[in-house]
Amino acid sequence: MRQRPQDIVEQALSVATCDDCVVIADETSTANLRWAGNTLTTNGVARSRRLTVIAIDRREGGAAAGVVSRSGVRDHEVETVVRAAEKEAADGSPAEDAGPLVEEPGAGPFGMDVSGRPGWDDPPDSTGIGVLGGFAGQLGDTLRAAAAGGRKLYGYAEHELTSTFLGTSAGLRLRHDQPTGKVELNAKSDDLTRSAWAGEATRDFADVDVAALDRGLAERLEWARRRVDLPAGRYETLLPPTATADLLTYLYWSAGAKDALDGRTVFSKPGGGTRVGESLTGLPVTLRSDPSFPGLACAPFVIAHASGRDSSVFDNGLPLAPTDWIRHGELAALTQTRYSARLSGLPVTPAIDNLIFETDDPGAPGLAEMIARTGRGLLLTCLWYIREVDPQTLLLTGLTRDGVYLVENGEVTGAVNNFRFNESPVGMLSRLAEVGASVPALPREWGDYFGRVAMPPVRVEGFNMSSVSQAS
Amino acid sequence: MTHGGQHDIDPQFTTLPLRALADAAMQQAADLGAGHADFRAGQIRSQQIGLSDGNLETLFDAGDIGLAVRVVVNGTWGFAAAVDLTPDAAAQAAREAVEVARVAAAMNTERIELAPEPAHGDATWVSAYDVDPFDVSAADKAALLADWSRRLLARDGVDHVDAHLLQVKECKFYADGATTATQQRVRLHPALTAVAVQKDGRFETMRTLAPPAGRGYEYLNGTGWDFQTELEQIPVLLAEKLAAPTVRPGRYDLVIDPSNLWLTIHESIGHATELDRALGYEAAYAGTSFATPDKLGTLQYGSPHMRVTGDRTAEHGLATVGYDDEGVAGQSWDLITGGVLSGYQLDRRMAALVGLGRSNGCAFADSPGHMPLQRMANVSLQPADGGPSTSELIGGVEDGIFIAGDKSWSIDMQRYNFQFTGQRFYKITGGRLAGQLRDVAYQATTTDFWNAMEAVGGPQTYVLGGAFNCGKGQPGQVAPVSHGAPSVLMRGIRILNTAEEAA
Repeated sequence: MRQRPQDIVEQALSVATCDDCVVIADETSTANLRWAGNTLTTNGVARSRRLTVIAIDRREGGAAAGVVSRSGVRDHEVETVVRAAEKEAADGSPAEDAGPLVEEPGAGPFGMDVSGRPGWDDPPDSTGIGVLGGFAGQLGDTLRAAAAGGRKLYGYAEHELTSTFLGTSAGLRLRHDQPTGKVELNAKSDDLTRSAWAGEATRDFADVDVAALDRGLAERLEWARRRVDLPAGRYETLLPPTATADLLTYLYWSAGAKDALDGRTVFSKPGGGTRVGESLTGLPVTLRSDPSFPGLACAPFVIAHASGRDSSVFDNGLPLAPTDWIRHGELAALTQTRYSARLSGLPVTPAIDNLIFETDDPGAPGLAEMIARTGRGLLLTCLWYIREVDPQTLLLTGLTRDGVYLVENGEVTGAVNNFRFNESPVGMLSRLAEVGASVPALPREWGDYFGRVAMPPVRVEGFNMSSVSQAS
Repeated sequence: MTHGGQHDIDPQFTTLPLRALADAAMQQAADLGAGHADFRAGQIRSQQIGLSDGNLETLFDAGDIGLAVRVVVNGTWGFAAAVDLTPDAAAQAAREAVEVARVAAAMNTERIELAPEPAHGDATWVSAYDVDPFDVSAADKAALLADWSRRLLARDGVDHVDAHLLQVKECKFYADGATTATQQRVRLHPALTAVAVQKDGRFETMRTLAPPAGRGYEYLNGTGWDFQTELEQIPVLLAEKLAAPTVRPGRYDLVIDPSNLWLTIHESIGHATELDRALGYEAAYAGTSFATPDKLGTLQYGSPHMRVTGDRTAEHGLATVGYDDEGVAGQSWDLITGGVLSGYQLDRRMAALVGLGRSNGCAFADSPGHMPLQRMANVSLQPADGGPSTSELIGGVEDGIFIAGDKSWSIDMQRYNFQFTGQRFYKITGGRLAGQLRDVAYQATTTDFWNAMEAVGGPQTYVLGGAFNCGKGQPGQVAPVSHGAPSVLMRGIRILNTAEEAA
């Protein structure tokens, strides 16, 4: 019989002899189904548990941290992991982000409301193939319907649940249960020349209607029966929420205060400092994160398994408050550790695991309304293979995928070839012509790592389609 | 049979009750009616060290251990993984795998069959390295990186230095009743980046070109790469780049160094010749391939100078193994011969599906928690026997660009349209290098690009590049892979100015 993760945290803290200690126990379970060409391809369930011990050796003028993280640790091996971390700390050179541990729950600038959440002593939550049981039956019917309708379906469904237990020698005991799920559906015509895609993030699969997703894709495949070839160039372009999400997620990931202070990002101010306070767009838009946003809830405190450019193990347990990154079009904050906040003189605003982009305009339209008001423009399905080309401007490149549609006089009139784009999400903010109403979305490119977003459809002037891609 | 390197496999792994676990899982699977079952156990150690301006920023030491059971029940896959290395947990995973196969059967219309592989008995294999990086203390490794960082920071014009060292030791045990393979691989990737920031806000970076390698810690001390010389040159190269003129967009002849070309090979050939992609099994995620099986033996992929091989055997290669994750022995074969598509990368299921005979050994799972997929072999462009040096290739260009080092990369989901940048770009005028350029990207369609290859450099230009982090599949998996390349001469490739693209 294994110990509960909570007890492993207590055991590790009790055997630790280093000056300070942080222990994180993660209990994860996953279930997935994958299909291609109307048949199931792979599937699986997995459970894992990971113990991460952060030993801190305080010394004259600083502190060193040793981090050892192991999966599958048996009860009698817990002490071995602690000793290994302590040795790394004792032998290690001083950590640049060294600081005191976070003292007490709620002792930070913002109190935490943990009501309604499972307590420290409750057992870890878990998922299994049963979560996908109802979905699997529905999917089987949908695959047969698609085959009968001359469509081939490809896709993936995954559910994951991680229970994280965080304890420190300063007395913190924090726990967070994170469900994460998604479904992606790709429909192709039998001859594979037409393709459409839809994706949704879900916390429990109760809200997934795969037959409805398939109906939507069938409509798009019909749109694509008329093919229009267009050359590279700058086009008025409607980005659906998934595409907006991919571009703004990358902007958010590039908003680290440390790199900006070093003068090496688009958010660096020439001559030194950061661009916090500068206007990025004339539209009243806000980019923000909020751990308690309905439907997108995420950890309300810092969980840092390792230190890095934008994270610090010393910050573990720090409460996370709702944070505006862009407020009314103005750059309002960068992602910070307590260390980078000391360097920048800006507030401590650590990264949060969700992202909301929205207009302050209460009458913001939906995508259908935006299509209806389009004279001539492109409507995208999603973006793919997005990579940074130049950090100076945050120029990104990538492809359109699974459906580019021509809109003329308010109606979709055909499908256009795919394009390679070269665009900066920062430059794009200044060319936003319209921002629609925000809805939950799944970023096609980054959804494996970052799936809790609410994003609007947007209309961009002169979106830079750099060349034509023959891919269909 | 025992072969490969000189080291013993980590006793922490070999003293686990691996055979008892396999027996418990296989027996349970057989009892429940599985037609095929295989068992895998793995222990993966990794350590990440990162320094910012010579100060320790990241020290993360991870270990993953676990087991996996894969079954075929009535023609449907089932897979389950667990982290407890006990016979009970192994048998439980086998029961779960069978249950998953039964749930999944409702959606399966293709009967899973596996290409036969000769039995290899009880085999052991260890990759070639001298010093296990996990035998060197983290403090010593961080001290070496700090010394290198400070040397760079002390030079004029260097404002910041990032230093990273990623190291992995992978131990695997595989059993399927015919073959039992116990293996160990070591790999590491050191990288340093120098940054220069001007008062007007413009900045440039210059990174070491040292590729990740299937080597041990000796790699940092002069075996396989000359870091001392490279570190000496970086500040000079960075200053030249900062002062360089911006490129005029247009069509140019290119001489491409292997330190850049490996990534173009990876994206436009490596992924395009994966049979599961070509058949549509990755259509919703990583994508498909223009190089479909109906074109095997006829598609003119590139110029007649082009021979590309796949292998899982190259010494120090990141995809090199003794046996893959389906018990198939490492092999070497042609993918493109005389410029024509001549082969694919296969696993046992894909090989059986299209009747291509034996698998060429490309099954790989990145952890015991994941099901093996067809993953990339070392895919390499072969040099020309007696072929030219890099400077001889440059000598054949009147007005062009020489490109070294990889940086940004992107390619479409059928592997047609790609765009790459690099670490540094030199103008070529009258057959000679004439200083660096900046803001350069090259963009092409795969077959246009490789058919524009006029000359392939000789073996003296050949370098094994590669990456630790090739992504594929859902759930996502990462795989390490190497790509050998000579220098090449390409005619008339489209060059973009990235500053203009962002304007």
